[in-house]
Amino acid sequence: MVELASQYHTITAVVEDKPGVLARVASMFSRRGFNISNLSVGHSETPGLSRMTFVVEGDEWVVEQVTKQLYKLIDVVRVSDISDDSIVIREMALVKVKSTPETRPEIMQIVDIFRANIVDVATDALIIEVTGDEGKVDALVQLLKPYSIKETMRTGRVAMTRGGPATGSKKTSADTTDHSAPDTEVVP
Amino acid sequence: MFGLPGGAIMPFYQTLPEYPALKHILVRHEQNAGHAADGYARASGKVGVCVATSGPGATNLVTPLANAMMDSIPVIALTGQVPRAAIGRDAFQETDTTGITMPVTKHNYLAMHAADLPRIFKEAFHIARTGRPGPVLIDLPRDVLEEVAEFEYPDQVTTLRGYKPTLEGSGRQIKRAAKLIDDAQRPVILAGHGVLIANASAELRQLAEKAQVPVITTLLGISGFSSDHVLSMGMPGMHGQAHNNWAIDKADLVIGVGMRFDDRVTGKISTFAPSAKVIHIDIDPAEVGKNVRVTVPIVGDARRVLHALAKEVATTTRPDWLKEIDDLKDRHPGMPTSQPDKLLPQQVIRDLHEATAGRAIIVTGVGQHQMFAAQHYGFTEPNTWITSGGLGTMGFEVPAAMGAAVARPDRIVWSIAGDGGFQMTMSELATIVEQRLPIKFAILNNNSLGMVRQLQDLFYDGVRVATAYSGNPDFVKLAEAYGIWAIRVSDPTRVRDAIDQANAVDGPTLIDFDIAPEENVYPHLPAGGTAAEMIEGPVESAEKGAPAWLS
Repeated sequence: MVELASQYHTITAVVEDKPGVLARVASMFSRRGFNISNLSVGHSETPGLSRMTFVVEGDEWVVEQVTKQLYKLIDVVRVSDISDDSIVIREMALVKVKSTPETRPEIMQIVDIFRANIVDVATDALIIEVTGDEGKVDALVQLLKPYSIKETMRTGRVAMTRGGPATGSKKTSADTTDHSAPDTEVVP
Repeated sequence: MFGLPGGAIMPFYQTLPEYPALKHILVRHEQNAGHAADGYARASGKVGVCVATSGPGATNLVTPLANAMMDSIPVIALTGQVPRAAIGRDAFQETDTTGITMPVTKHNYLAMHAADLPRIFKEAFHIARTGRPGPVLIDLPRDVLEEVAEFEYPDQVTTLRGYKPTLEGSGRQIKRAAKLIDDAQRPVILAGHGVLIANASAELRQLAEKAQVPVITTLLGISGFSSDHVLSMGMPGMHGQAHNNWAIDKADLVIGVGMRFDDRVTGKISTFAPSAKVIHIDIDPAEVGKNVRVTVPIVGDARRVLHALAKEVATTTRPDWLKEIDDLKDRHPGMPTSQPDKLLPQQVIRDLHEATAGRAIIVTGVGQHQMFAAQHYGFTEPNTWITSGGLGTMGFEVPAAMGAAVARPDRIVWSIAGDGGFQMTMSELATIVEQRLPIKFAILNNNSLGMVRQLQDLFYDGVRVATAYSGNPDFVKLAEAYGIWAIRVSDPTRVRDAIDQANAVDGPTLIDFDIAPEENVYPHLPAGGTAAEMIEGPVESAEKGAPAWLS
């Protein structure tokens, strides 16, 4: 085995919008021992098809296996590793933070700087909505911690390639000729 | 179609009399229905079908589905399910069948409308038998089976956007592969089950002969390349002939065809074929690069790729390499324990080969008897060897033989069984008698779980735990209770005569071979080991010499 650097990869998949498809994908990941640090799913622009975004931890071998094993699922139509593409990555988070009349202006200032929104105000708490890449969300959460965070909910990453073509319309190495193997040497 | 009814699947069964062309065989246990469908598929090359009801019926299919999945066998499983409104409410005999079988099927369906059934059945058979074949399960809620819908059967499968198996290999890669073969000094072919599934034996022979490459067949590749061919090498890996592991060790090119570099083949992966470049031909892209480093990957149907490759390679001779292999064969003859006057399992297999002229369909379970059969029968025709490879399912030998006998009434079917596995599935003897299936059973009876006992003796200081069967039934009397002709053989000189007698009986037979219980399978390459760590045989046999019948 050649040791390759372990890192995070962003993979998107176009899948049939059918009952059980999420279970199939999740079951495959769990059975093969792949680590997903993030999974999000939603309707795509085409009726009947959904788009999934995964963040997978592993080296090149893991990513290649993930891609190929995803392809083996009948309900998976297309898989792309877009880690090396020029992509827009976004995540949304809702953060419920404790607030008092004294701290509220400070929190609102932080929210402004992050171009986040306050979507609910109560006498003792605020709900803040923030959108951005994980770094931005992490930074805001860090700044809000001293005010006592009561609850955080994050959607996980969604990603889209920049420019004209749809995300994943460029086939990845595991899919050069109709699900064929890569043309280059394969390293386990 | 092999099955066993129950409440939820009853609407399906009660309709069967309207379709006399659909042949249904009632079994004694659903697991055996699944293995019978599997054996049918392997012997016929067609799709095998099994049927069970919901709940325990469906869960009993899990083992045969996993078995078919591991060995790429096209099987359709139809299971009853509780009515739609009861799903999720823990109704009587409800299980999440599609959830349970997801990892052990190529695909599965929960049919929620009768109108979807034609499309689902069309897709299911298509998925099961194309690409890398595999089992597909269709879960049928009872009220869907009772629903009335317009029957519109699609001519073609147009609904599977995400399923397009690659059949043609890349021309560029085939050219690269041909160049590697032409340049190689010491190439070997590792031919797997894919050769048989793709019906590629003729193309494999063409390539091997033209490029003069010796052919090693994996456990499931056996019968894909005639064992009497001059380039035939036998089996690699854990219990393969020792010369094969040494040949792979020395090879500068390994050509894997329709095989997956399984751990039982490779042993320790980092020392497998240390000097070799690898060409890997497989229809499943996920297998390429999964276990070993691949120099030239070719994704495609084995027959088409081998045909193209055989055209592309140069006609060559390799006298030095073939001579070296002959020397390896001489130096590593592979000998059984010498136990004078004892009935040895290897002899039974060899006599069976002679008595059937190598033309029987051989079905086995898993364990020592399986390895003895793989090593010693000598297969010359494709699909005459039916065994549980990937999953290693004991008991497979009884129901799978049933499926094979249904598929090939023109051929004699010998089920070589261990006394352990046989007792797992012997309830089907009743089905075999009912269906008048002329299956010949050979139980290699050592009153123990022999392979586990061997592992205990070789690797656990001989501490024998839970491997002795001290209360086995009298298998002859047992067979006779079913009305099956049976005989016991303890004398090595009576083996051939007993086999001839069984072959002459018009109907099922059973021979209980009282074999030497201490006999081990050699060679034995320890799990995760290297060729150098291979235990090639017991020390004393080298001194005493091989028995006469072995030569």
